Amino acid sequence: MSRAGYLALGDQLATSAEPLIRNLVRLAPIRILLNLFGRLGLRGRGLVIFLPYAWLALFFLIPFVIVLKISFADQLIARPPYSALWELSEKGYLTIKLNLNNYRFLIDDALYWKAYLNSVKIAFVSALICLIVGYPMAYGMARADKAWRNILLMLVILPFWTSFLLRVYAWIGLLNNNGIINNALLGLGLIDQPIVMMKTDFAVYVGIVYSYLPFMILPLFTALEKMDVTLLEAAADLGCKPLKAFFTITIPLSMPGIIAGFSLVFIPALGEFVIPDLLGGTDTLMIGHVLWNEFFSNRAWPVASAVAIAMLLLVLVILYLQSRFQRAAEAP
Amino acid sequence: MSEGKKPDPLMVAPWKDPAATPYIRIQNVTKKFGDFVAVNNVSLNIYKQELFCLLGGSGCGKSTLLRMLAGFEEPDGGQIFLDGQDMAGIAPYKRPVNMMFQSYALFPHMNVEDNVAFGLKQDHTPKKELWDRVKGMLEMVKLSGFASRKPHQLSGGQRQRVALARALVKQPKLLLLDEPLGALDRKLRESTQFELMNIQEKLGVTFVVVTHDQEEAMTLASRIGVMNLGQIVQVGTPTEIYEFPTSRFVADFVGSVNMFDGRITDEDNDYVRISSEDAGCTIFINHGVAAPPSAALAVAIRPEKIAISRSPPANTQENCTQGIVEDIAYMGDMSVFNVRLKSGKLAKVTQPNLVRHTDDAIHWDDHVFMSWHAASGVVLTV
Ligand SMILES: Nc1ncnc2c1ncn2[C@@H]1O[C@H](COP(=O)(O)OP(=O)(O)O)[C@@H](O)[C@H]1O
Ligand SMILES: [Mg+2]
Repeated sequence: MSRAGYLALGDQLATSAEPLIRNLVRLAPIRILLNLFGRLGLRGRGLVIFLPYAWLALFFLIPFVIVLKISFADQLIARPPYSALWELSEKGYLTIKLNLNNYRFLIDDALYWKAYLNSVKIAFVSALICLIVGYPMAYGMARADKAWRNILLMLVILPFWTSFLLRVYAWIGLLNNNGIINNALLGLGLIDQPIVMMKTDFAVYVGIVYSYLPFMILPLFTALEKMDVTLLEAAADLGCKPLKAFFTITIPLSMPGIIAGFSLVFIPALGEFVIPDLLGGTDTLMIGHVLWNEFFSNRAWPVASAVAIAMLLLVLVILYLQSRFQRAAEAP
Repeated sequence: MSEGKKPDPLMVAPWKDPAATPYIRIQNVTKKFGDFVAVNNVSLNIYKQELFCLLGGSGCGKSTLLRMLAGFEEPDGGQIFLDGQDMAGIAPYKRPVNMMFQSYALFPHMNVEDNVAFGLKQDHTPKKELWDRVKGMLEMVKLSGFASRKPHQLSGGQRQRVALARALVKQPKLLLLDEPLGALDRKLRESTQFELMNIQEKLGVTFVVVTHDQEEAMTLASRIGVMNLGQIVQVGTPTEIYEFPTSRFVADFVGSVNMFDGRITDEDNDYVRISSEDAGCTIFINHGVAAPPSAALAVAIRPEKIAISRSPPANTQENCTQGIVEDIAYMGDMSVFNVRLKSGKLAKVTQPNLVRHTDDAIHWDDHVFMSWHAASGVVLTV
């Protein structure tokens, strides 16, 4: 919908919701709450903007600060299994102990940076495969008849109606040595030995690409659908062959979709735990998996927290780069 | 209306010369979308250096016909020849034709310069020549200072000129323009019309322009093809179309007109007399018509060709009727009178306001006489 469309819709909603709101604000608990917010200087617009920030602070910022705090603690055999960050002695001394060893550990132990590197590689390659597989699909959807378009869109979203975990489990049944694929190939006599697919990097790629493909297709579809197809006619009219027009017109104009889709696949794939755990082998080193091991097997909460913080920094760098690319691509 | 256009000495009406070979030959071309016939058996010849206008209401198939010339649509029947070559199956990027799109279709991610250079880059034009030509073109459309702007940073009129420059820079033999001035306001449209005509004369390109605006067609065109429901209903110079429409549709579509139904009562080779209850008088026309006697027909008379007065004219026997003024619209340069005739029909008369004001001026509810010359009526049988 266009901006004007949203504004009109907003107007309509506001008019129809007005009597409801007028009655609601008369209710005692709401009146008290609004009064309270009002005293804090939060009215109307300010209040509306305040709520999402409050939500983010409560469920994102505070947990983050807790994790940050734990990442500077010592591991203890206690409950909780880490030392306190500060202590107030009886004499009134406040001692703050920042243990930086957890971070040094990340650098010294090759396991961690190998896991980071491997995660980046797997996430990057998966996002690239998603792009290559998803682009033609999104293109086909965007150029399909209006009636077909919604059906195709529905089909892309449909897998979300089943549990993610179940869908990953289903791949075990497909990829196993005595799974459907191997049985079919054996039955057809194409192979004598089952192909080992489970517990390999290949299975992890299959799982990630399969699971995150819709996140690639949807932004690509949006970008491609928005594109004016007469631009391609104009290119052809000026002597440009279709394939060249695809690379000089279609790809640059869908760049915002490519960047959005790429980050929507890359970022969650980077910290993916379930897929490498279920489909990957012991040598599939991914940071999500390492983190889980530290946390639950070794009860090394401080190190696990340091791992998490380091990953968050990595994601922040990526998000920053993405927003810069996005801005460059969207400046029409 | 077409008086503003000076005759081009190079172009002595090639359509009248039976030996001239048309540059574009459209033969029995039909285009269907499903069951819907968008272009219906159209045949049309367009000659080199013409500025040909396809004129018609919205949805009559003008754009579809133009798109078939550009190669974006394939005809379902018939053939199109360009410079003698059959265009069937030739992809748009191989045709020596450029199009200026109704929506301009400028590439939003490229600046003005790159938009204009795009076509030349496809031909692998040498760098220096390419940028010289782009620069020259931008100068011609008066956009030299805007070379590095993106399309969204331009006004509608500037965008339209970029689109024109982009289509012209390849020096096509044939330029197709789909409602080129549709998005411009009136003032800008008028000045651009003259600019277009200048460019067309200077470069000697053949133009085919699609428009739904009859005034625009009259101003621009060397010839006009009037379209209705997928068919070409009349082809002619602006004067021919305006003064000698061959159908009620054309008479009504181009300019305003008074249409009086009637029947022939008396005819010869050089005159015809028509009795019209609609008009409330006998209409005399000083040339013969090719209509079967007593056929139902209509006489079309343009509002500006009718004289209006309170006192009776010399001859009230023929080509003169009476009525009551119901409405007067003062337009500045002229006034439009709506006169209710005895038959109940509302007739329209326009009169130039030659003097500033007279006490004698015609008022509402005045009883008036309307008269016209024997050459003014056009007999229409279809
Ligand atoms: N791609 C298409 N599919 C179906 N119908 C179409 C298509 N293009 C045009 N039409 C129909 O053909 C008719 C003529 O269209 P067009 O040539 O664009 O008219 P105009 O004279 O206004 O330019 C219209 O009724 C339009 O709805
Ligand atoms: Mg059109």
